[in-house]
Amino acid sequence: MSAPAAAAEGARARRLTEWVYRVRELGIVVALAVLIAVTAAIEPRFIETDSLRNLALNASIFAILAVGQTLVIVTRNVDLSVGSVLCLSAYLAGDLLSGNQDLPLPVVFALGIALGAACGLFNGLLVTWGQVPALVVTLGTLYMFRGLAFLWTDGRQVNAETLPDAFLNLGSDSILGVPILVLFALVVLLVTGQWLRDYRAGRELYAIGSNPEGARLAGVRSERRVLTAFVLAGALAGLGGVLFTARFGTVDATAGFGYELTVIAAAVVGGVAIFGGTGSVYGAALGALLLGTITSSLIVLRVEAFWQQAAIGALLLVAIAFDRLVGLRVDAALRRRSARRAG
Amino acid sequence: MQAETATQGTPPAAAPAPPREGATRLRAALGRWEALLIGLIAITLIAGSALSEEFLTADSFTTGSLDLSEVALMALALTLVIVAAEIDLSVASMLALSSALMADLWNRGLPLELIMPICLVAGALCGAFNGFLVTRLGLPSLAVTIGTFALFRGLAYVVIGDESVTDFPATWTDRGFGNFAGTFIPNTIVLFAILAVAFAVVLHATPFGRSIYAIGANQEAAYFAGLRVKRIKLILFTLSGIVAALAGIVISLRNSTAAANVGQGFELTAITAVLLGGVSIFGGRGTILGVILALFLLGAIQKAILLSESISSYWIQIVTGALLVGSVLGPNLARRVSEMRRRHAHQHPLEEGQ
Amino acid sequence: MSARRSALRALLAALALVAALAFAACGETQEDQGSSSSSSSSESSGEADPNAEIPKGLKTVSIPKQLGNPYEEFEHSGIDEALEELGGSNRISGPTEASASSQISIINAAVQQKPDAIIIAGNDPGAVAPALKQAAQRDVVVVGMDSDVAPDARSVFVNQVTTQLVGENQVESIGKQIDYKGEIAILSATANATNQNAWIKVMEETLKKPKYKDMKLVKTAYGDDDDQKSFQETQGLIQAYPNLKGIISPTTVGVAAAARYLSTSPQKGKIKLTGLGFPNQMRKFVKNGTVDEFQLWVPKDVGYLAGQAAAALVAGRITGKEGEKFTAGRLGEYTIGANGEIVLGPLTTFNAGNIDDFDF
Repeated sequence: MSAPAAAAEGARARRLTEWVYRVRELGIVVALAVLIAVTAAIEPRFIETDSLRNLALNASIFAILAVGQTLVIVTRNVDLSVGSVLCLSAYLAGDLLSGNQDLPLPVVFALGIALGAACGLFNGLLVTWGQVPALVVTLGTLYMFRGLAFLWTDGRQVNAETLPDAFLNLGSDSILGVPILVLFALVVLLVTGQWLRDYRAGRELYAIGSNPEGARLAGVRSERRVLTAFVLAGALAGLGGVLFTARFGTVDATAGFGYELTVIAAAVVGGVAIFGGTGSVYGAALGALLLGTITSSLIVLRVEAFWQQAAIGALLLVAIAFDRLVGLRVDAALRRRSARRAG
Repeated sequence: MQAETATQGTPPAAAPAPPREGATRLRAALGRWEALLIGLIAITLIAGSALSEEFLTADSFTTGSLDLSEVALMALALTLVIVAAEIDLSVASMLALSSALMADLWNRGLPLELIMPICLVAGALCGAFNGFLVTRLGLPSLAVTIGTFALFRGLAYVVIGDESVTDFPATWTDRGFGNFAGTFIPNTIVLFAILAVAFAVVLHATPFGRSIYAIGANQEAAYFAGLRVKRIKLILFTLSGIVAALAGIVISLRNSTAAANVGQGFELTAITAVLLGGVSIFGGRGTILGVILALFLLGAIQKAILLSESISSYWIQIVTGALLVGSVLGPNLARRVSEMRRRHAHQHPLEEGQ
Repeated sequence: MSARRSALRALLAALALVAALAFAACGETQEDQGSSSSSSSSESSGEADPNAEIPKGLKTVSIPKQLGNPYEEFEHSGIDEALEELGGSNRISGPTEASASSQISIINAAVQQKPDAIIIAGNDPGAVAPALKQAAQRDVVVVGMDSDVAPDARSVFVNQVTTQLVGENQVESIGKQIDYKGEIAILSATANATNQNAWIKVMEETLKKPKYKDMKLVKTAYGDDDDQKSFQETQGLIQAYPNLKGIISPTTVGVAAAARYLSTSPQKGKIKLTGLGFPNQMRKFVKNGTVDEFQLWVPKDVGYLAGQAAAALVAGRITGKEGEKFTAGRLGEYTIGANGEIVLGPLTTFNAGNIDDFDF
């Protein structure tokens, strides 16, 4: 096979995988549409503007976290510490603003994100430089960061009453009918999506995840890229924390408790392969939206609360089984094509 | 030892002889997790008795080990799963499902002697379900068990809802709470000890155990060597389910309460114990003894902090997390330092020679 | 392969045996521990001596449901106050998550430190009982507070207010706001919370009275004392029940989350909300018209009363029997009711008129 032919083949293979991504995301959109339609058929108020806005609002913080998680997972790593990092940044934002109502909001955001990024850097350094597996590192920091949050807050709580209205309005107001939180999530999503798609550093994350050895041989600076992914995931968890405070107004040491598995579940439902190399941030964000919508619609449908968790677990299993079947089909298709080429 | 050969990031074999010997010695010393853990336990015991007079007492052992009973049981089966390079995040949810089932069947008037085997069978089915998805559908166990983590806990709520059952007969709850034959060793720990011996024998002294290591070290090679990889993994997941269900029975009797919300977060504690015990998350390496020592260390730290009047219990989480990271990081760093020193030693004679 | 099979069979056999064997074998040698289930110690022992001296240097350990919860911090600061006043000291030692298993570890460690008394807000009435009974066997006085534990595992229980009163006051509070007509819902904490469930039961019974015959309880939702969950549940309630007129949320987390949801929704002021809330958290919603009134007791006084009761028990001024009286410092005289229950007093109602008088 000549070089240009190989390149063309590569491009076609990429088109095929991209096509699969689109179909995969379309799948979630269809699932969402069906879910909303069925719920609305039984309870029409479910699709009033107000209600739909709330669905998007509920999912936006999880979507931001899921985007960050995707960056880490595609490199064949995982970040279990998101919930704890979110808590630290959320409390930082709340504590700063309660102490000084006139603090400019961009400063608060910058500090919250910086604290998250610092946590991410700590995770990333342990994974790359310390060569400790990500699951071990972030399981450890899940405890450590949470413990630090308990030490720091020492039983205190930030209340909505002590926070400036301008800040709280970020969590509830809308611009042209779109909630500000949702705008935040969309910006994060589009920027990260473009970065992953069009920038070398972004694409290299996939290369590292699908074949670490190969990536290294091809000259990818894996350690630096993985470090970047952790720092970005931390920064996004930090942003999520600041937005958490704006949305909920109440922050104590238990904020974001247990979020890690929900966030990973959102990414996986969205088609991000847990062993790296595939998946898109759009899928992950849609996954977050789908999980949030299931919860809301089960409440509206008056299904016993007890079924919610079981339903989410079942959905997750269906999603990964589906991905596996599609993945097998695509592999087979690719193999058939190259076989044809070779013949 | 098969376990030692699978070490991550082994330095290149091309190194010259004398420094390598030094490095091997260093690695042999630091690579012995058990020695490291015993050292850490010794430090904890000394620090703990400095913090409180009550620390080095039979009482501490009794209550401290009782607290960790269920996590300890689940860690045993989890060790086998992780050595085979898989993971099971659903253990605490299977524990809860077992407890919920126990509550429901008790409410329906079944005798405990019949309920307990049913719970174990249910645990086996849950575990086999995990194993089926992992081996037959080829799905990654991390994703599968995050799914069943939610599914099984959800089913536990479906079974019993928000009720809890507290009227188990005292003869049984005393068994769960009491000590063995007048000693200070809780019954649950006797149960753990028997199982620990059984698991240690299976993992370290049988062909089945060796094939678990082989699969964890290199699944492909194990497959081509004729091992029935899928079947073995299915068995391991099933075992994990059975043991988790057993832990569910134990916690229900020990607390005289069966409900769907028991044991939340136990999966992370159990995994922490296994990893701290020196089992590689990538499989192929680790011992039951290491895990037992790690459990003892975790229990000792928890007890020491709880007994001290000056240290807040928040520190339990911080110390546990730091230990988990540090126990893997430490040896890695030591290896790096020794590698660096070797490189230096290697370069110097060359420079002088020119 | 066959060797592996047999090893496996051995393991499975061991597993099957162990459950039966270990439990059965240990069962026979239980007398030393087993007695814990029958006797409950300090209640029955001796007569009360109202004039007994309270010993100096009393040491107590107080165990909240969870550390880092501001409500409980308020409550337990009251215990500190009472003990300091009496020349003793209290240490707060709690778990980082609100579960029974982690509370048991804390109880066991506390007992080892040999305090004079343990004051506990239980996460689960039954599960913590065996550990508390062991404490009593070692002459540690056990006082329940806020959320009761099994009655035979403690000497007295300090209740904020009677279960009956909370239920009745809350129903009346929402009733008068909606003219005693229409659908109402309850937003509770966790589905297993002892106090919540007891209050809800009374509310259901109160609603059967003729005065409330036009009011209908359509749903009890659980926000798990989690801000986001409570917020989402409120939203769900309002969507699922378009004719909803009022919400009762007898939990501080729930009522604040519900108020915040209502304050930005079109139903602000139309759907009435009452519940148990902190003045500091609710002030904003009272002032902007989302909430007309809500209720609560003063948490610090609950702790203070529990601290005083613990001291009186240790001194022998009371033994926990019904009808015994004791003086609880600045709060005055209290009488022990049925089941060893001591009730702090009636609920305080907070509205735009008086809310600025309170800071907690």
